[in-house]
Amino acid sequence: MIHLSDVRKAFNQGKSNEFWALKGIDLSVKAGKVTVFRGPSGSGKTTLLTLVGCLARPTSGRVRLRDRDISGLPERFLTDIRRSTFGFVFQQFNLLKGISALENVMIPAYPLGRDRKDLARRAHELMESLDIHAKAQSNAEWLSGGEAQRVAIARALINDPEVVIADEPTANLDSERSRQFLGIVEALKASGKTVLMTSHDPLVCDTAVVDHVVSLRDGQLVEAR
Amino acid sequence: MSPWVHKQRNLLDFTLSSLSRRKGKTLGMMVVYTAIVFVLASVMLFSHAIRREAAVVLAKSPEVLVQRMVAGRHDLIPARHLEAVKGIRGVQSAEGRLWGYLFDPAAVANYTLMVPTNPRIEPGKVVIGDAVVRARSADPGDLMSFRAHDGALVQFRVDKTISRESALVSADLFLVSEEDFRRLFGIAPGLFTDLAISVRNPREVVKIAEKIDAALPDTRIILRDEILRTYESVFDWREGMLLVLLAGSILAFAIFSWEKASGLSAEEKREIGILKAVGWETSDVIRLKMLEGMVVSLSAFLVGYLLAYLHVFYFGAGLFEPVLKGWAVLYPKYKLTPFVDELQVATLFFFTVFPYTIATVVPIWRAAIVDPDTVMR
Amino acid sequence: MLFQPAIIALLLASLVGTMMVVASVPFAVRVLRRWDTASGSGDQLDMEKRTYLVSTLLVVVLLSELASLVLFVFNADRMSSLFVGAMCAVGTLNVNDFGFPTLYLKIIVFFAASAWLVLNHVDSRGYDYPLVRVKYGALMALAPLMMGAAGVQLAYFLGLRADVIASCCSTLFSGATQITSDKLAAIPPEVSLMALAVVLGLAMVVGRRALVTGRGGVLYAILSIIVFAVAMEAVVAAISVYVYEMPHHHCPFCLLKGEYGHVGYALYLPLFAAAALGLGGGIAQPSARFASLAGAAPRIMRRCIGSSMAGFGLFGAVAVWLIWRSHLILIEQSPVNAILLNLSGGQP
Repeated sequence: MIHLSDVRKAFNQGKSNEFWALKGIDLSVKAGKVTVFRGPSGSGKTTLLTLVGCLARPTSGRVRLRDRDISGLPERFLTDIRRSTFGFVFQQFNLLKGISALENVMIPAYPLGRDRKDLARRAHELMESLDIHAKAQSNAEWLSGGEAQRVAIARALINDPEVVIADEPTANLDSERSRQFLGIVEALKASGKTVLMTSHDPLVCDTAVVDHVVSLRDGQLVEAR
Repeated sequence: MSPWVHKQRNLLDFTLSSLSRRKGKTLGMMVVYTAIVFVLASVMLFSHAIRREAAVVLAKSPEVLVQRMVAGRHDLIPARHLEAVKGIRGVQSAEGRLWGYLFDPAAVANYTLMVPTNPRIEPGKVVIGDAVVRARSADPGDLMSFRAHDGALVQFRVDKTISRESALVSADLFLVSEEDFRRLFGIAPGLFTDLAISVRNPREVVKIAEKIDAALPDTRIILRDEILRTYESVFDWREGMLLVLLAGSILAFAIFSWEKASGLSAEEKREIGILKAVGWETSDVIRLKMLEGMVVSLSAFLVGYLLAYLHVFYFGAGLFEPVLKGWAVLYPKYKLTPFVDELQVATLFFFTVFPYTIATVVPIWRAAIVDPDTVMR
Repeated sequence: MLFQPAIIALLLASLVGTMMVVASVPFAVRVLRRWDTASGSGDQLDMEKRTYLVSTLLVVVLLSELASLVLFVFNADRMSSLFVGAMCAVGTLNVNDFGFPTLYLKIIVFFAASAWLVLNHVDSRGYDYPLVRVKYGALMALAPLMMGAAGVQLAYFLGLRADVIASCCSTLFSGATQITSDKLAAIPPEVSLMALAVVLGLAMVVGRRALVTGRGGVLYAILSIIVFAVAMEAVVAAISVYVYEMPHHHCPFCLLKGEYGHVGYALYLPLFAAAALGLGGGIAQPSARFASLAGAAPRIMRRCIGSSMAGFGLFGAVAVWLIWRSHLILIEQSPVNAILLNLSGGQP
């Protein structure tokens, strides 16, 4: 579904602190599967995730989503593809403080101009299916780590994306909660979603639900299985 | 409803919730904004109201005034000039007026003395304006005495006072009879201060003025329209000067807004990063921030304008009176007729909302172009 | 005369607007020389981000131009009491040679800014920004235009001298500047109304064809400008007269005043919007030849032309209504009115 060929990404290009986070990656991500990017911190796995998820553009190389080359698209169109195709669950969850969990879930849909009532109904359904409906009216900063993550998952699903991307999903969770999360991943996979994760947690990499593990080191592919 | 409408509604909802989440900052901005609108609106409302007041008063004054000039100075005009003017065709009526100023040592103030012809005032009586009432704490029936030109004492009994209603021009009035006026200043019968002329056809005013000028070369002729023009222009100029003086504060306000808009807290930056990461586009964020600015602007504008309205029309514009009203020692105390005009609102909008918007555009843009992947770095 | 609040505001607005556009010129040069959509280099990403700033600034410029147009006319009307012989805004604008040019330039800047925004809108629908060089070339042309408009306005205000009483003598003899207020109406009312009906009808026909076939957008844009000009002439020559019910009062500005129920806004807002949108249709249509705009450009063109036709229709309807409710009879048998009614009332 997503194909990368010779993808490179530089930060601070042309300055003295120029740094190449990715140095030529060739990779294919299959639809309907669970793929994990593994590697030590600084290996470029998060950068790779941002390129796959249309959060950023590669400095050189091609990124293809299905048959479309998206590597040269300006931000406006990249955003358009991103919000309809990808849902993100961040490591720090990144919920907005001071507003309710429910509103947090609805935020990604605001620019799409959906009817507010439909939107709230959909958000409620999602929260119910993730079993955090009771916390819908609580402010985001009052939630525990596991609850915050489930709110973040609900937020990632509000626009009904094909691909769910999770950055270090178990880094801030204990083993019990991590297993719970993997259960959710399984349910997502069962519903036909493609899941992409970065992780160096063996608990994640070695689970049956994971189909592919891609290992990275110093911005290059080491191993893919 | 179209998605576009829903989108704006959703953004507006989110705008309001973000504003209320940052109460301290919003409130601080609102207070400064409201204050600047208040000051500027007060200046404008006040000077406009005064101008209108003057126009209302002048509407009743004669169309043409004739004054005699001697060696470039205004002098008394003899009655034969009055006859000459009456002879000109098109002149409906002409009369000699008597007026002048009287310094009252007791009040340390100048009164404007006038001799009204309709209704006439009986000798020994006087009708006084509101400011005179206050300066001398005089009530009807009281006696007031002044020294005439030859040192003799002239006494007046206060007959009645002029109400406050249209008091800008009438505040320092002191209306006396013709006999008393002449006695006070030693003006011989047959001499007047100037001539007031009314014209049958308003279109002929200029023509008649030219005829008078030809017949009486030693006079200057003042048209009512000219007085109006001069008033307008002088008040406009004063208002403009005051605004220029206040430009410093407008600039300070613009810098303040720039400061506020660019000095985003770490929390706000994080928020924008999150919004962009979850699928908001740069222009969505710009729109959100612009909406925030609009909400703040409109409420500050409304509140500031309302406060200025109350200040000027219900509390006598205490802050600006001395600057705008001029040199008189006796300030009129009165309520201005409430009056709002579109030009003035539009101008005020340009002096407040426009600088604010301009000052915040660049900071807003700078905040909005944050890379969506920053939250993952 | 510079120390008038409204004049200060107008000068401030034009100065700031001009500065914003002029400040974007170096960026426009950079885009013309180095833009490369396919590249993911830092330089390109930086330029893409900056385009958001420029388009936001242009929106601000457009809105402030529109507001200052209204303010300018209002101010001219208000200042008429300061000049001998000036009865309303027309008189004030005739005080010196720069009055009407200022007004015309303001209108031109308004249309130029709105055309640029349509261009920007169309361009941003194409994933490879196919019009980006055209767009920034146009921005570079807009800068001198705005500078010119600001300069002429400054010259106009600097040249205003109120006829104020001097200390020695009255204005009457200090050189009376006679201002004529009524020289706009050179064309007889029936001719102007007939012309308006004809061009409006033509615009509707061409517009409908453009909506159906997706062609003729440029022709419609040209027609929009013609309709705008003819409509203004008709307002001066006939419609305003019907509103004032005075055969010799031909002022296009007094319509905006409260005495006439602000009907001017109901006439001018649709007219300006319709002309600007019509212009936008002409910009959108040729863009369809770019592959990335093949879908979006015709859609935008249809939307522009459709709204433009609605705007002209509304203008026509308001004009007919004003003539119909007037107590004044300028034209004995009024076939013109019938034609107008058929054309503008019958279309969407």
